[in-house]
Amino acid sequence: MSATAQLAERPSKQPQKSRRRTSFNEGTGRLAAILLSPTLIVLALVVVYPIISALRESLYTSGQQIDDEGFVVEGSQFVGLDNYTAIFSGETGERFWNAFYNTTFFTVTMVVLETILGVAMALVMHKAFKGRAIVRASILVPWAIPTVVSALLWKWIFQADGAANALLGTQILWSTEGWQSVLSVIIADTWKTAPFIGLLTLAGLQTIPDEVYEAAKVDGANAWQQFLRITLPLVKPALLVAVLFRILDTLRIFDLPFVLVGANKDSVETLSMLAYDEASNTRYGPAAAYATILFLYVALVAYVFVKLLGADILGDAVKRKPNGKRRGKSKDAAPPGANTVAMAGSTHGGGSVS
Amino acid sequence: MSTNIKAAEASPVRRYLPLLGVAAIVLYCLLPFYWMFVSAFRRPLDQFDNSLLPSPWSLDNLKAVFGEGVGFGRALLNSLIVAGVTTILVLIIGLIAAYTLARLDFRFKNVVLAIIITTSMFPGISLVIPLLKLFIDIKWINTYQAMIVPSLSFALPLAVWTLTTFFRQMPRELEQAAMVDGCTPAQAFRKVILPLAAPGVFTTAIITFIAAWNEFLIALSMVNKKEIQTANVAISKFTGISGFDQPFGTQMAAGVVVTIPLVIAVLIFQRRIVAGLTAGGVK
Repeated sequence: MSATAQLAERPSKQPQKSRRRTSFNEGTGRLAAILLSPTLIVLALVVVYPIISALRESLYTSGQQIDDEGFVVEGSQFVGLDNYTAIFSGETGERFWNAFYNTTFFTVTMVVLETILGVAMALVMHKAFKGRAIVRASILVPWAIPTVVSALLWKWIFQADGAANALLGTQILWSTEGWQSVLSVIIADTWKTAPFIGLLTLAGLQTIPDEVYEAAKVDGANAWQQFLRITLPLVKPALLVAVLFRILDTLRIFDLPFVLVGANKDSVETLSMLAYDEASNTRYGPAAAYATILFLYVALVAYVFVKLLGADILGDAVKRKPNGKRRGKSKDAAPPGANTVAMAGSTHGGGSVS
Repeated sequence: MSTNIKAAEASPVRRYLPLLGVAAIVLYCLLPFYWMFVSAFRRPLDQFDNSLLPSPWSLDNLKAVFGEGVGFGRALLNSLIVAGVTTILVLIIGLIAAYTLARLDFRFKNVVLAIIITTSMFPGISLVIPLLKLFIDIKWINTYQAMIVPSLSFALPLAVWTLTTFFRQMPRELEQAAMVDGCTPAQAFRKVILPLAAPGVFTTAIITFIAAWNEFLIALSMVNKKEIQTANVAISKFTGISGFDQPFGTQMAAGVVVTIPLVIAVLIFQRRIVAGLTAGGVK
């Protein structure tokens, strides 16, 4: 509240301030800290604390006493890195590497498939002038359906005498074990999220001005060349953000295989499912160790992805000073990942030009 | 040359290929959903019938979903409470942060924004396990707050990011004018910005609500009592009345009940949702 009072006198000072800076801008560090604190405190409590706590937890083993609600009572002991070494050895080691392989395999295949399909969809939608509203609406349907419901829906389709077998004329027991269950998970996930990548890519496509293509046509570029040389580079920022988020999402995949195929199935068990399984058996130490390894894996992948491909999660916010002058009409020209940030730049810039 | 381009555009292949593509996309997205819808309205007897339409339409599956002892109505209510309260909390906390990030210039602003976005990327399971232990200690298991509080971990960053985008699109002159007219910055925000940002806030609310409504891992981990399960967890645990090894008819019907409100909301607000999703670029 003191912050408000502090600010109240601002308008009178405004005239002598430099042209561009608004009345908000002076000595705002403390005010910003106050205003941001609720969000940061909440995130510290629900994200940072659990992460640190998981790290600590993974160094302990808890007693196996169980109370009448089915939860463990107490009695944890410090065991150092035992939980971690146990993960990599013997039978648990096999289970871990299997889950690790599954997680990685799912991530690679799904993201590749979804990206190809999504980009194809975006290209089609971009070309289509009729029916765009229908497509946009229907593309959101798989996104809006809860993953659990979509998992059940696909389980139903993949039943022994379900629609998939009837359609293909096969007798495959899809969602049981083995390659077919892996395939069913991949199909279900691709169905749910490829349209979403398409949606984000389409937004990127729509920011490419027609003139670029007209110029390319004049220069004699064919459709494929146009796609490789113009479309792809220009949607890259939008696409990379979409792909990065999909990668991070698939690395922690849980609900889909858990519901579609089930727990404790070798062929689809992911790291998240493994950690959940340990936790539900009240082995919190090992569970936390698995979760920590997954966390590190996700962080590593994100880091490598951003470093190698230069995915711009923040748009170009990080590189640019907030007051930096930028193209005035970046509203239409910048790719979606960046355009929002660029817009802030344009409103800033507007003042200084006049 | 220009006539050449025009001729190429006018050729029938060029004209109808996109339409075919559109049809393919629509079918791709809607066919599985259609199958769920249709299956929900079959009689439990001919559940495994693969005809395109249920031969006699039947509400038996729907009745079973809301039947005695299933407790699905309660589960829906639980989902509504959890997703609703999460959305409201997230909007209240997120609005302040987003406005700050969009309007104030201070050092480390981008660092803060980056941190907030990064927090949404952590795997849910590595947050759930420690929180589960904590909630056992403070006796929060089987409470709403045990589901609502962890849900903030993904919902809040999402909302802050989207809202920041919306605020940045609004010209600063709005507040400046209001303050010249004698408003304090807080009043300018409340009386000028907030009403104008209402569509953006609404968009964020829908996206947050859908994300929270679709949450599964937290709801599954934090609750073991049937009365407090959310709809998603309840559906996945249906045992059914029909005596099949898995009660697909009931599950499809429940799936339709859970999904239809979302699908309707999506159809009505598709423009806004698309704007919100592409602005945030998240999820």
